[in-house]
Amino acid sequence: MANVTLTINGQKVTVPSGIMVLEAAEMCGYSVPTFCHEKDLTAPGACRICVVEIKGWRNLPPSCVTAVAKGMEVETESPKVIEARKTILELMVANHPLDCMTCEKSGSCKLQDYAYRYQVTSPTPYEGEKKQFAVDDSNPYIYRDPNKCILCGKCVAICKAVADRNVIDYAFRGFNTKIATFMDTELKDSACVYCNRCVSICPVGALSDRNMMGKGRTWDFTREEVTCTFCDSGCKFDVNYKNGKVVGVTAKNPSAGRPLCLKGRLGTEFMKNADRTDLPLINKDGEFVEVSWEEALGIAPIVEKINALKK
Amino acid sequence: MQLYRGHVLVCGGTGCVSSGSKKIQEVMANELTKQNLDKEIKLVETGCHGFCEMGPIVIVYPEGTFYCQVQVDDIAEIVSEHLLKGRIVQRLLFKAPVTEEQVPSYKDIAFYKKQHRVVLRNCGHIDPEHIQEYIAREGYEGLAKVLTTMTPQQVVDEMKKSGLRGRGGGGFPTGLKWEFASKSPGPKKYIICNADEGDPGAFMDRSVLEGDPHSLLEGMLIGAYAIGADEGYIYVRAEYPLAIKRLKVAIAQAEELGLLGDNIMGTEFSCQLHIKEGAGAFVCGEETALMASIEGSRGMPNPRPPFPAVKGLWEKPSNINNVETYANVPVIFLNGADQFATLGTEKSKGTKVFALTGKLRNTGLAEVPMGIALREIIFEIGGGIMDDKKFKAVQIGGPSGGCIPEQHLDTPVDYDSLIALGAMMGSGGLVVMDETSCMVDVARFFLNFTQKESCGKCTPCREGTKRMLEILQKICDGKGVPEDITTLETLGAVIKNTALCGLGQTAPNPVLATLRYFRHEYEAHINDKKCPAGVCSALLEYKIVADNCKGCGACARVCPAGAITGEKKEPHEIDTSKCIKCGSCIEKCKFNAIVKG
Repeated sequence: MANVTLTINGQKVTVPSGIMVLEAAEMCGYSVPTFCHEKDLTAPGACRICVVEIKGWRNLPPSCVTAVAKGMEVETESPKVIEARKTILELMVANHPLDCMTCEKSGSCKLQDYAYRYQVTSPTPYEGEKKQFAVDDSNPYIYRDPNKCILCGKCVAICKAVADRNVIDYAFRGFNTKIATFMDTELKDSACVYCNRCVSICPVGALSDRNMMGKGRTWDFTREEVTCTFCDSGCKFDVNYKNGKVVGVTAKNPSAGRPLCLKGRLGTEFMKNADRTDLPLINKDGEFVEVSWEEALGIAPIVEKINALKK
Repeated sequence: MQLYRGHVLVCGGTGCVSSGSKKIQEVMANELTKQNLDKEIKLVETGCHGFCEMGPIVIVYPEGTFYCQVQVDDIAEIVSEHLLKGRIVQRLLFKAPVTEEQVPSYKDIAFYKKQHRVVLRNCGHIDPEHIQEYIAREGYEGLAKVLTTMTPQQVVDEMKKSGLRGRGGGGFPTGLKWEFASKSPGPKKYIICNADEGDPGAFMDRSVLEGDPHSLLEGMLIGAYAIGADEGYIYVRAEYPLAIKRLKVAIAQAEELGLLGDNIMGTEFSCQLHIKEGAGAFVCGEETALMASIEGSRGMPNPRPPFPAVKGLWEKPSNINNVETYANVPVIFLNGADQFATLGTEKSKGTKVFALTGKLRNTGLAEVPMGIALREIIFEIGGGIMDDKKFKAVQIGGPSGGCIPEQHLDTPVDYDSLIALGAMMGSGGLVVMDETSCMVDVARFFLNFTQKESCGKCTPCREGTKRMLEILQKICDGKGVPEDITTLETLGAVIKNTALCGLGQTAPNPVLATLRYFRHEYEAHINDKKCPAGVCSALLEYKIVADNCKGCGACARVCPAGAITGEKKEPHEIDTSKCIKCGSCIEKCKFNAIVKG
């Protein structure tokens, strides 16, 4: 593919043509905030936090859906850009339950990170009505708090990416817009199979892994990446340890082609369970007793003979 | 062919139908038969005349007599007096405002005199449900010329030469748009018509759909030929049942005559047209949302590029124009681009249809050449302000437009001059306001509309317009603080700069434009806690002027809050702490003794 040369923050750079300004800026080491953009999955241009200034352009275009062009002069952090990003964050914060101290997402929340980066705090200049939706705690796997949702739409995109799923979409209009299941039911009454793809991609605390709630702050955990062996998809999960003990298994970003599933996640969790025995049990006089594999398989005499021969 | 000595045209547009024109038609038909005139006089149901306020409208030809607000009881008199004896029924003629002079002829009425009808050329003159009437008015001749004598490239070039710009609001040059779509490679392309007219008070597209549907079909077919499309959609709002019905009739008739479908007019060119009914979302007038809606998805805009000309409906190159744009096309090819370009200004060619509403003496649809002054539209065609009140502003461009004050009324109207004034052409809605309109309240009204119709996708529009609306509400409630003006301006600017689609990018316009020209009204609300126009009830106080009060007690009896007290035949008093500002007392008082302010 041909290359194009453009200027980013005063620096002349040459990048492959056809890529977006966001990618080009990241290649040059500039960090551009994003909520709704997810590489290889979706770029709806919805959240507008990634806007940049391009010389000669009328508006501030979102860098995630603006392709690089020859001679472009991009500013990723100009005063106008900062003002716009700050305003967008203030608008989000004004309509967000600021319970960060108990929020499961605290520490890995993009809204929190960007609010810190652009020094946005409450009260914003835009205080007013706040969303008052019912929380969905209808099932043991996904906890949904639509009041924390910033409507980036990534959960919708990732759910749609699996054939037969398509459980959630945008519903209602204007300020009342929310992400809803068909007929706006709770998840337990929907076609959701709790694969947690949506949870793995949510940038804020709107979707949480129910199983991990209350078990610790995100910075308390050390994580071990494991590959699920239940089928040949090879999905990745994180085994979360706190103080050396496994507290739960969470779905990792499914990336292209990997479905994630409840079976894989629970199965992996089961395998990593500290209480799990690694010896077989057999029924002796009406009671299950832990025995050796040799005994359970009835091969103790053979093993004995082999061991004897080894000597 | 049966020849008639006269024609009676009864308007069958939605406006006149709702004021009873269907019944008029029925009674007229019976009356003509009764008086043995049915072989001499032909009764025709037409589309909209644009002067809906005066409906039901009946026009008698060959004289061109314009009867307005005709009632069922008037029919017998029209038939026996006018049609039989040739005497015009004076009392049913249009009376010019102010002078009260009766105007017998259609073309002498000030409302029509200044107009130049290109798009609406057939509306109100032909029966829209008979394709022959359209053909008799040179219909489908432009298409015949295109299909038999021109290459698609020549069609595109002719369009570019005409200088026609999109009438949906954006004002993008139509020829250029067609060129993009025609140069886009691919065997499958779509031609789409945006008939999702949603601006409050605008009904020019409905008028064309109901009154002259074939001009749209012909325009779309010429466009399809130019870009290489063999299929098309007309996205029409479901709230226009009559328009949909007439479109269906028009499509069926055109197909029957070989003017639509396979091998049109015996040529190699084939094109199918479908109707897709909208589901009531204003944002579906935005082209990417419109295409998403046709595809069966939620009507939400998508970022451009890719533009529809490259990746449109079902990812195929597509061209979208609105009804009024397409309705111009047949005329361009019939008379040539040069002739079309003689009308209008240097950068805006042709005419524009405006929907005049608000505090005007004459309201309705008016088609005028580009470049005409707003003053002419408002004071000559519109007849000036109702009840001799003072003009304050004209809101132009629909809910995303801006308000233009008196000092700019002489600006020639075109796309660019309106943008420069902080308004926009939009679809051509024109709401005239007099001194009794509060500009803060007006801004709040329009913002409320756009906020409710926001699709909810992008943050600035979804959250930002809501906050602007809350601030305006606060100001109207008398709780505004001086910083609110700055907040409105900075937030408005960010929304304009960062919103995804045209709806969001223009949503702050009504606020920003009123702040530009009527800042003092905002300041009066905030600093003096007064609404100068006397609209915002929270800022009003009702008082009784003792000198005028006769002590009749009518106000006290009507007051639902028991706030008015006083002795009989003595001046009464209003207890402002009890008063709920409903205004019932003012309506009741015969002596103008109660004032608000």
